[in-house]
This record gives sequence, C-alpha cells and structure tokens, in this order.
Amino acid sequence: MSAMQIKTADFESEVLKSEIPVIIDFWAEWCMPCKMIAPILDELSKEFEGKIKVGKLNVDQERELAIKYNIVSIPTILFFKSGEIVDTLIGAVPKSNIKSKIEDLL
Amino acid sequence: MDTSKIWDVVVVGGGPAGMTAAIYTQRSLLETLIVEQLMPGGNVAITNKVENYPGFNEISGGELSKRMEDQVKNLGVEFLSGQVESISQDEDLKYVTLSDGSYLQTKSIILSTGAGWRNLGVPGERKFTGRGVSYCGTCDGPFFKDKVIAVVGGGDTALDESLYLERFASKIFLIHRRDAFRGAKIFQDRVLKNPKIEVVWNSVVTEIQGDQIVNNLRLKNTKTGEEKDLPVEGVFIFIGQEPNTKFLKTFCDLDKYGYIITDQEMHTRVDGIFAAGDVRKKNLYQIATAVGDGAIAGYMIIKYLEELKCKEEEKNECNADQNS
Repeated sequence: MSAMQIKTADFESEVLKSEIPVIIDFWAEWCMPCKMIAPILDELSKEFEGKIKVGKLNVDQERELAIKYNIVSIPTILFFKSGEIVDTLIGAVPKSNIKSKIEDLL
Repeated sequence: MDTSKIWDVVVVGGGPAGMTAAIYTQRSLLETLIVEQLMPGGNVAITNKVENYPGFNEISGGELSKRMEDQVKNLGVEFLSGQVESISQDEDLKYVTLSDGSYLQTKSIILSTGAGWRNLGVPGERKFTGRGVSYCGTCDGPFFKDKVIAVVGGGDTALDESLYLERFASKIFLIHRRDAFRGAKIFQDRVLKNPKIEVVWNSVVTEIQGDQIVNNLRLKNTKTGEEKDLPVEGVFIFIGQEPNTKFLKTFCDLDKYGYIITDQEMHTRVDGIFAAGDVRKKNLYQIATAVGDGAIAGYMIIKYLEELKCKEEEKNECNADQNS
C-alpha cells in the first residue's frame, strides 16, 4: 500500500490511537524536496506493511495540525508510537536514514 | 539492480553535471547508470528562479531540472536510487558500494555529488533546524507569512532567496559579515531597493535562540565588536556550500575544504575516475559551469574507454603472438 493521506478528522484514530507505529510526512505541493522523498515513503510503506503505517499530511489543507506540531520546515517526518512523538526527521534525506529510524521504532 | 552487470560509466550524483555527462556518454552508446540518493536535479531542483542559464529568460529550478531529467531518461540512461558508501578498484574494474551493501561494477566513474549547504556552526543552529532555522526558501518560505525573519549571507543565493522570501515575510533583515555583497549586481540593486529588506552590514550571528521555535538572534558587529539582539521568528542561512566528498576518504586528492582536485579535463588523480560540477575545486559554481564540466567529463570518458579498449586489443594480439 502506498503512503496514505491523513486528514485532521482521522488524525486521532489513524495516528494517535494506532496499534502500530506511524510515521507522518508533513508536505505541500510547492515543496520540491517533499516530492523527492514521496516515492521513498511509498516504497517504505510497502516494505513495512503491517508493521508500521506511513501517512502524509498536507500542511496547506491541514493547517491547524501543522501549527499544533510546530511545523515550519518541510518535509518533516514525525515518528509516532502509542500516540507519542518519539523521533523527528527534517528535510529530504536518503531512504536509508528513514529506514534505520523506522527499524529503531520496531 | 543486476550487480553482475559491468557498466561502462557509473555517474555518482544526478545534478546538472552528472546528467550532462550521461547525455554525452549515452549518445556514444556507452552503458551509463546514474546513482542518485534523492531526486535528479540536486540543488537546482530546490532553486527558486534561474535567470542566468542560456535559453531561458527565467525558469524555476524545479522545471529546469525536470527538463534535464526527461532528456536524460529519453536517451535511455538508467537511474538507480541509492546512497554511495564508498568507491574502490582493482586491476580490472572499479566498484561503487551502496549503503545497502550491494555494489556496482564499472569501467569508469564520474563523481558529481555536488555540495550541500554550509552550516553557520553557532549554538542553537542544530537545535532549531526545522524550528525556524532553514536552508531552503522555496520549501519553508510560506510558513513565515507576515513574520519578521532574517537571511544570512551575501552571495547570489542569499540575495535571490531574500527577494523570494520578501513575498511572504513582513520584514527581512539580511545579515552580512562584510560591508559589500559578493552576489550579482542585478540582485544587489533589487535587494537594496526593496523596502521590506533591511541590510545589517558587518555582522555575524553568534547564537540562535528560541523557545519552541526561534525568537532571537545574537549578532556581533565585525568592526566594533558590539553585540546586540535581533528578534526574528525565522532565519534562513545561505553562506555557501560544502562538497559531498566524505565517502571518498583518501581515494582522490581533495583540497582543504574537501573539493575534488582535477585538471582542466576533469581527471582526478585516479585513472578512469572523473569529477564534475560543484564537487570539484574551481572558481565559479553555477549551473552553466556544472553543465560545462559534465560535457568535458563525458567526452574524456569516451576517450578513456576507447583507449582502454585499444590497449586490451593490443594485449590480446600480443598474447596471441606469444601463443603462436
């Protein structure tokens, strides 16, 4: 499964109350580095299917969540476990960096 | 990726230099692979506006790099998404080892890994990266709508980015350590005439402070030594580049800043390994010069592989003579 788009309405059920760890990529249409990592996140979503959830959150459409999490730089990836943020990655980084952080979560 | 395949050319880094080299080698029917860790285009892909690349009065960096990528892919150049860990060689071949442990075999290599943005290296910078400290205006500018921000630097990038960020911010302090800019005169004029941009000359940032996000910069005047606070909600840092050559270790000659030393034909110290673009030590770092480097490197590889083939044929003839 490719990374899923998360809306404010599903944030609590899909992210905060998720039984498995969730990584959320904060992104926007106008952000080139976000486009750079988008295919990587889709790949990771498939590779770790069932173990973690990979979500994408559009900062223009879900402004309040972006403000709530102090997002002022994108892409930012937040790593959630049992509703808590346990790790953060800022900026476009190679797949291996994201993967090793995911492995730390499991 | 089939790791038993022997490539003619492996290009490490898919920015303008690497893509141009690949255009030349692929058109000479050399089997060419580009290894790119993020996305073709490199730093150009996140550049706001390009006004000094011939053929375009004005084009976004994203559009320009997409056009280059399409051209390269149409020619049949293959791309591999991966991060290079190291390179090595033996008598026969060269090897490019990737971070997942796999490796590629090739007859020649072009190093075009470019350069990343240089950090200020002051307290608070790392802590607030992504929390008000940014190195990319096109990525983060919209988060600073109607806010007071600072830009640090005095080269083309700092000036261009200030002119881009001006549409979002209510006010920009452009902090420069000297009393004159290095950037293009045309940018200087636009910056100095812009009512939203105030230049803070002869000043360096000594600390970035904040709570959840940035709220203050500590500045020091380089002439008088006087220190002061500058309350801002964001700071964009454009103070030059740092070459991506850590993976090379001692494989090629590097200058003291880490740039690869080549001759004018892009040869490194190692036979069959060439460098092109921002990763190379030179005087002018531009898309136009990267493309020039790439063309030369591509052409020199074509020559190199022809000579290699000749030598092998001579050797075979020689062996045949001995056997007869």
